[in-house]
This record gives sequence, C-alpha cells and structure tokens, in this order.
Amino acid sequence: MELNSKIPSGPLEQKWTQYRAHQHLVSPANKRKLEIIVVGTGLAGASAAATLGELGFKVKVFCFQDSPRRAHSIAAQGGINAAKNYPNDGDSIYRLFYDTIKGGDYRAREANVYRLAEVSNCIIDQCVAQGVPFAREYSGYLENRSFGGAQVSRTFYARGQTGQQLLLGAYGALSHQIHLGNVKLFPRTEMLNLVVIDGKARGIITRNLVTGELERHFGHAVVLATGGYGNVFFLSTNAMGSNGSAAMQAYRKGAYFGNPCYTQIHPTCIPVHGDYQSKLTLMSESLRNDGRIWVPKDKEVAEKLRKGLLKPTDVKEEDRDYYLERRYPAFGNLVPRDVASRAAKERCDAGYGVGSTGLAVYLDFSDAIKRLGRKVIEERYGNLFQMYEKITAENPYETPMMIYPATHYTMGGLWVDYELMTTIPGLYAIGEANFSDHGANRLGASALMQGLADGYFILPYTIQNYLAHEIRTPSFSTEMSEFAEAEREARERIDAIFAVNGNHSVDSFHKRLGHIMWDYVGMARNREGLTKAIELIRALRKEYWKDVYVPGSPYEFNPELEKALRVADFLELGELMAIDALHREESCGGHFREEYQTPDGEALRNDEQFAYVAAWEYKGQDQAPMLHKEPLHFESIEVKQRNYKE
Amino acid sequence: MDFTLKIWRQENAKAKGRFETYHVTNISPDCSFLEMLDQLNEQLIQQKQMPICFDHDCREGICGMCSLYINGRPHGNDTGVTTCQLHMRRFKDGETIWIEPWRAKAFPVIRDLVVDRSAFDKIIQAGGYISVSTGGVPDANAIPIPKEKAELAMDAAQCIGCGACVAACKNASAMLFVAAKVSHLALLPQGQVEAKRRVKAMVAKMDELGFGNCTNTGACEAECPKEIKITNIARMNREFYKASLT
Amino acid sequence: MAKFFNSSIGKKLMMALMGLFLAVFLVVHLSINLLVLKNDGGESYQKAVEFMTSNVLIKIMEVFLFGSFALHIIYGIILQIQNWLARPVRYVKTNHSQTSFFSKYMIHTGLIIFIFLIIHFMNFYFVKLGWVAIPEGATHRHDFYNMVINLFKNPFYSWLYIIFMVLMGFHLHHAIQSAFQTMGWNHPIYTPIVKFIGVAYAILIPLGFAFIPFYVLYFF
Repeated sequence: MELNSKIPSGPLEQKWTQYRAHQHLVSPANKRKLEIIVVGTGLAGASAAATLGELGFKVKVFCFQDSPRRAHSIAAQGGINAAKNYPNDGDSIYRLFYDTIKGGDYRAREANVYRLAEVSNCIIDQCVAQGVPFAREYSGYLENRSFGGAQVSRTFYARGQTGQQLLLGAYGALSHQIHLGNVKLFPRTEMLNLVVIDGKARGIITRNLVTGELERHFGHAVVLATGGYGNVFFLSTNAMGSNGSAAMQAYRKGAYFGNPCYTQIHPTCIPVHGDYQSKLTLMSESLRNDGRIWVPKDKEVAEKLRKGLLKPTDVKEEDRDYYLERRYPAFGNLVPRDVASRAAKERCDAGYGVGSTGLAVYLDFSDAIKRLGRKVIEERYGNLFQMYEKITAENPYETPMMIYPATHYTMGGLWVDYELMTTIPGLYAIGEANFSDHGANRLGASALMQGLADGYFILPYTIQNYLAHEIRTPSFSTEMSEFAEAEREARERIDAIFAVNGNHSVDSFHKRLGHIMWDYVGMARNREGLTKAIELIRALRKEYWKDVYVPGSPYEFNPELEKALRVADFLELGELMAIDALHREESCGGHFREEYQTPDGEALRNDEQFAYVAAWEYKGQDQAPMLHKEPLHFESIEVKQRNYKE
Repeated sequence: MDFTLKIWRQENAKAKGRFETYHVTNISPDCSFLEMLDQLNEQLIQQKQMPICFDHDCREGICGMCSLYINGRPHGNDTGVTTCQLHMRRFKDGETIWIEPWRAKAFPVIRDLVVDRSAFDKIIQAGGYISVSTGGVPDANAIPIPKEKAELAMDAAQCIGCGACVAACKNASAMLFVAAKVSHLALLPQGQVEAKRRVKAMVAKMDELGFGNCTNTGACEAECPKEIKITNIARMNREFYKASLT
Repeated sequence: MAKFFNSSIGKKLMMALMGLFLAVFLVVHLSINLLVLKNDGGESYQKAVEFMTSNVLIKIMEVFLFGSFALHIIYGIILQIQNWLARPVRYVKTNHSQTSFFSKYMIHTGLIIFIFLIIHFMNFYFVKLGWVAIPEGATHRHDFYNMVINLFKNPFYSWLYIIFMVLMGFHLHHAIQSAFQTMGWNHPIYTPIVKFIGVAYAILIPLGFAFIPFYVLYFF
C-alpha cells in the first residue's frame, strides 16, 4: 500500500486553515448517530473524548486504571510549550515550529509540526479557562520558564506537576461530558483486540479487569490514545501499567508502525540502585535551568567518589568537568535531551562516572543557591528536591544530586497521516501513541502540547472528514462474525498463555527483555549489537511461550494475566524496534548509531538516504516486517547538522 | 532486612477475607514498600500461589493509584508520601507489618488490597469542573489572577484522589477530597461562575455515596500525601453556606 | 432549606451553632454558680436564681436552650450513626494518624455529659418543676442554695461532679475550634487565636465549675 500522508497543498502557514475551511463536517443531527471509541484517558484521550462528546458524538472511553485521572500524563512534571511570546523574548509560531523540527533532528513532518505550533496557543487559553492553576507573576499574569532545546522562555508550568494539572483539566472536561451522558466511561477495562470490518476499524474487544469477562464494543471510528511503549525496557520512567499492546493489536491488524526505534532517553533520572527496582524516577528537566552537570576531571577522583572515600563537595571547582558547558557553550546545560543523555553515557563509559555503580553524574545546585538563595531554589524546585531526598535519603541542598539517563518517551508509534488516521481507515492514533510530531527526538514540554493539540484541536476536526462519509453506516451489531472472530483471537491468546504453565514469572522475562533492550537498543546502538539483540529477543520470546507462569484464571481480577499479555506484546515490539534501529544506518536524535558519528562524537545524519519515516507493515508472527518509506520534504526549513555549540 | 507481613487476602468482593502471614527476607532498605511487595509476589509465583493484588501504577507518587493501610496509617509511617514513595528504611528490621485495604462503605474491596474508588469519579462528575467547551475561550492572560490566589488554588489542586483522607478518617469522610476540588475552583475567577451549583452538587453526591461526616479530627490532613490542608474544608463549608443560604 | 439541613455540612453547622450557644450558656451558668461561694449565706445566689426562674426573657431563652440541647444531642447521634455506617468493616490495626486527640471521643464525652445532665436535672431542674420531691435540707422548691450545699457536702457526689467536669473539658477542648472550622472560619492569623481561646475556655470553665464542690467539700 502506498503511504499517503494527505498533507494539504499550499504554503505551510495556510495548510491547517485551508484544511479546516474545506474539510467535510458532520451535522449535529448526524453526530448523535455516530459512535466513537476512545482508548486511553491521558491528555490526548481525555481531551479528545471530552471534545467529541461536546460536539455531540456518542463516545465510549476506556482505561485500564481505576479512574481516567490516573493515566500517566499525570506524571509529566516540567511544563507545556506554547508560542505565546508573553515574555517578549522573540518567540513566534515559526520559532516553535523551527525548534521542534530541529530538536527532532529533521525527522518530523513539517506540516504536522507547524500545525502543532499553531494550535499551541489555544491550548494554554483552553487550560486556563478550565481552571488549570499555572504559575503566575505577582502581576497576576502567567509566568514562563525556559526548557531544553530553546533559547526563549515559552514553557508554562504548574509547579513540578504540570502534567497532573493539565490532565485534571481534561479529566474535568471528560467528567462533565460523562455527567451529561455524552460519554460513557469504562474504567478497569483493557483493549485486547481491534475489530476490522470490510477494511475499516469498527470496534474493539475489551477485558473487564475486575471480572475477567471479554466484551465487544462497536464504534464508527476507533481512536487509540494509549501512550508510548517505553516499558519495553522494563525500567523506565513510565508507569508500571503503560504498555504498547493496543498499538501492537492495531499493527497486527494492518496499521503501520512508524519509526519504532526512536526512543527518548531522559538525562535527569535517579540512577538505578538495585535488582529489585521496578521503575526509574524522573527529575524534571527544569532542574537543568539552575543545576550544573559535572563529573570529576580525574579518573582517580571518580574512583574515590564511587567508593565513598571522597565527598562530591570535597572536589574543588577546578577539578570538576562541567562537560555540557564545555562541549556546548551556546546551550550549556540546556542542550536537548538526547545530547545530554549521550554526553552522560560518554563520560561514564570513559570511567568518570560517580555513584556506587559508576553510572551517575552530578547535578549541582550549589552555584544557584549561592546566586539566588536557598529560598528561591526551594520555591522553584522544592517538591523535586523533597522527592529526591525521600528516594535517596540525600539532601540535594547540601550535596549534589546524582542523575543518570533513563528511558522516558517513545517518539515512534503508529504511523498516521495528517488527519491522525492510521493505515486502517477509521482507526486514529493520537498523543504519544502516534509517531507524528517529534521526529527522532522530542523537546521538553512538547509531549503535553502534542497530546492536548491532538485531542482538543486536531482530531475533533479531522475525524469528521472521515465520519462525514459514515453517516449512512448504521451501528453494527456486535453479534457479527468479525466481532466473534476478534473475541476468539483474544480469548485464544489468553488461553495460550495459561496453557504454557511454565516456571518463571512474567516479570522475570520482562526484566530480561529490558536488559537486552538497554544494552543493545538503548542510548548507543551498533550493527553487531542490534543483530544480536534481534536473536536474543526471538529466543526469549520462544522461551516465554514455553516457560512463563501465570497464576489464577482468566475470569477474575488477575494482574499477572494483564502483565503477561503486555509482555507478550513487548517481546514482539522490542524486536521491531531493533529491526528499525538496524535498518536506519545513520544517527539522528534519540537514535544514535555508533558507526555514524562526527569526529567529536555528535550524531551524524544521512539525509540523502534516510530523510524518511520508516513505516513497518506486519507480515505475520516471526516474519520479517515490510518497510514502507514516507519521504520527508523540507520546504520551509533548511536542513542542517544540529548545532548546540554556538 | 527481614519482615513479617500480615496481609488482608480476599478473593473477590463477595468472598470473606482473612489475614495471611508472610515472611520476606533480605530486603534492601532503599527498596520502596511496593518493591518489597513485588519481591513477595515473586516468591508466591515461584510457589505457584496467587500473588497479592494491590493497586499501583506510576510509582512516583502522583497517579494516586496506590493505597494500603500500613500499621494503622494510610500510605504508612511517613508524611507527605504515597505508598510507592515509602521506603523500607522507615521500618525496623524484623518488624511485623500489618497491611489492610482502605476501609469504607463507599470503597468496596475488589480483591485483596484493591478497592473500588469510583465514588470519587462520581463526585467529580457531579460538578468538579468548569463547564467550558473546547474553543471559544478568551486569551490566557485576559484575566490576571493574584499570585497568592493561584498558589492557594494550586495547593488544593494537587489532590491525587488516592483516598487516603477517607481511609484515615475515623468516619470515612470524603470532605478533604471534595473540599480540595471545591477550593481549587472557587479560588479562581473562572470557577466563580458555577461555584454555587458546584458545591451543592458535589456535597449532595458525597452524602449520597455513603461517606461519613466530618468531625474536624484532622486525620485526613495528617495523612494526605500532598499535604492538603483542612483550611480547604472550612472554605468549602463557607462556599456551601453561601450557595445554600443566599 | 430542608436539603441544607439534611446535608452533612448542614447538620454539622447545626451542631456547631447549638454547641456554641451551649458554650456561651455555660459562662452564664458558671457566673451564677460562683455566687455560692460569696460569704452571705447564699443571699446573692438565691437572688440570681430567683431572677433566672422568673424573668420572661430568660424564660424564652430557656426554650432556646433546651431546644439547643435536644438538637445538639439528636444531630450528634444521627451523625455518629452515619459515621459508623460509613465504615462497615473496621481496621484491625488502630489508627496512628496524628490527630486532635479529643476529637476522636466527642460522642463518648458527649454521652457522658448527657448522663450528667440527667442527674443534674434530677437534682435541680425537676425539683423546681415539682417532678421530683424536695430533697432533705432544702426549705422549698427554689431553695437551690441549700440543695447545692447539701449535695456538695457529699464527697462521692462532689468527686463525681469534678470528674464529669474534666470530661466536659475534654469535650470543650475540641468543641470550640471545631465549631469555628465547621462555620467555615479558618484563617491563618485568627485560627491560632481561636484555638488558644478554645483551649483556655475548655480549661477555665470546667475548672470554675469543679472549684465549687471542691471548696464546699473542704473549706466551707
């Protein structure tokens, strides 16, 4: 199938306006007849479900958590970008667009990103109207702060809990629609399969996580807002339940998977400290505004620090290597995430790492405290410092924090066109679940922007362009054979997992997969490692289906079964990521191939051969997927080597 | 570190529950309470037993999914944390730890330590929002809001809906949860328009769902992982009088 | 309005308002009681008693007072039953949360005060109404002075009275600040003052009441 990104013609600035002016709409009377399924209640899902409900569609919304408010968007700390230019520091829609494209290492679609920058301002207006308590100046006007990858202050924030406040805003809007009866909520319900009828997405099969019953749901269109798949690494900043299963179900049904290898490794996380560890805690990127990152200049000093013979505060200023400031004078500690993460890895690999494992660098606030006073630092980062202290039992006001990169976000996801529709007609993917706007690396405070842009302002328009042709389609009976067949597939998968009845827990396999992914498909990748990873994952998958043990039965509340189904999908997704990473013989953004770097260790893109989106088509279990290429054309931006040095 | 655990086990909502005793050994003091339970579950799976069900998700103290009434305190013996942020270094080696689910009529047990908190969603659905539709709103800077007000609103808005307030309250009252949302929105000019309708609807829903009454005991405030203050309850009371009596 | 008084907050407001009214009444009651100690053979005390039993305004207030008692007790019991019902399965481990200690026992101290109230009425108010026979030593139905002295000469009665006063102090300790909180008066500057006054009140008023039997018993 030829990939059609459906990018509207005309000048970049006019595309979205023109699209909306000419798209098909659905009349109010017809909206009432059309049913839409939304899976996931994070920023994208909740905002989409609420907005579609407001418009008058009949919406069903699903989440695996006990409440829509728990979706992992809630954990986003730092902020949300918008091109408001309130601080008058030279920001504009174009600059936000430009920074996002450049930050994504020229691997995102221009038209999508420009649209994102355009609607960014509406998001802030909307959220303020909903009562999101953004930080304010004494004047009463909104405050901004700066974030990685930008030279302007365009990030709006609500202490260190911006994601929470934005999600609660969307959750409020969703709750309102539930109250009005426009949206029906299904909490503790997980999607297990997609129903495709005559080539169009027409419904889903779900499992009621409390009773274990499988249920069938019809929709004229299905929207996946199911987040990213960072948990393929086992240890990540994602929530324990975050998974890639809905995307994999869609992929197996014919939706192409876009750029699966683009993974964001976040530079400022609390380092790993033991095998029992279940997740990694992110410390907001905003900390890099005032914190300075360093390791000792001398390997022996590093050794002493690792053994605890020396305290970091004992290391003299001239013996410290502020390596980001040294390497990237223009952006310093505020370089994009991929750059900061790789630089930390480079130092640690070279033997300068600190902490008991040697896999940590310092993030030091002593200068900032001297300059601004403890009170200001407390106001800005108090809750983050407190969180750090609770976890590590160290006081970051007195001793530098220790940080190390961790998997955080997946730029890859289901391939979607300009309308956010996947290659299955009627199936949409929004938010982190799609691949669209961040290219090979996402800038800080852009995930919240994208999730809400998709949900509030883009999907509610573009979905009508499809549904306008569906007004004569009646609500299908879920007794149809396609529903029965999809349910049978889901049931067989569950039965197959119980049939294994092996000896090892789901988590033990997940951890092993995580190690393979981190070692070979992590921050730095190479041909040999990736080839090995593919073999290892295949072998592990085989072992999984022979030796996994899931206690209990399918017809009860059974978290082990939930995990088992998700890990089964991760075992396929991990391989797909490695395949994509192996095929992309260049370094770009979060994808760093050791074979392709500049002499001073920067990512070396190959625009001649790889300026495209890799969209993978499923060809069957244990079959190699098929690559489709969507070429990227840059008309409004000059493609350059990313430079954060000057 | 070694611990003896007394954990509430209950197969489903209708089953009769009981306490079971478990032992865990060699637990790192740096490990979180939930990671300790993970290790116990790994043991149980090895023995082909059903692991202990408990709610959890983000494991960084913000999703509000984790619960657990540990040795007589929701989220355990630390202040301003959720169970996922509680570390084993807070316990004594060899200690016996009692783990119970949230207990409230409005929070029925689903399985083991997992309870149904959808009552909170229902309270929010009754009016815990500003009924603004997408689009057609003024510029974000059109209404300046005094910083102090915005900060107070944020203090209240931090609620993660975990239910520790209900669990801690001797009356299983949801006043702090409801007050946090009422306060957050009542403090902002955007929220004023619907303030009266909102507080009446939310309080009525809270009463209907079988939560207890507030006796100003302050256990909620003491156990709230986000340290939300009972001044918000006083504010809600004011809002309620304003709405009902004027 | 009916909705308001049926709501949890409405009921709580009634509790608070009635409670505060009762607390104010205690001051009046105490100031009269203290006249017993005036060394004039009960003349001033008896005068005050006569005023209180005959004045029309006081008669009207009396109706309010009894109404308040009744409502405070009835609402208190209704709220408590609802509170118990809100947690059908109790915890095994007792709660260790940091809380205001006395607030946990309001229903208990309240019920004890109620028992005291019945005894108190048997001894005085019902005598006045003629429902109960005039006790030995008193000359007539309004001879409260001699009734008081005779009762307080009994160490058992006096000490029971003193214990009741301590428990009333416990009740009041939480009551004042709680009433203000329920009325929605919580302010960063004034609430600490209210709390201080509440505690002082909870100590001074019962102390004043308890001082009388103590004095009668040992120094009269």
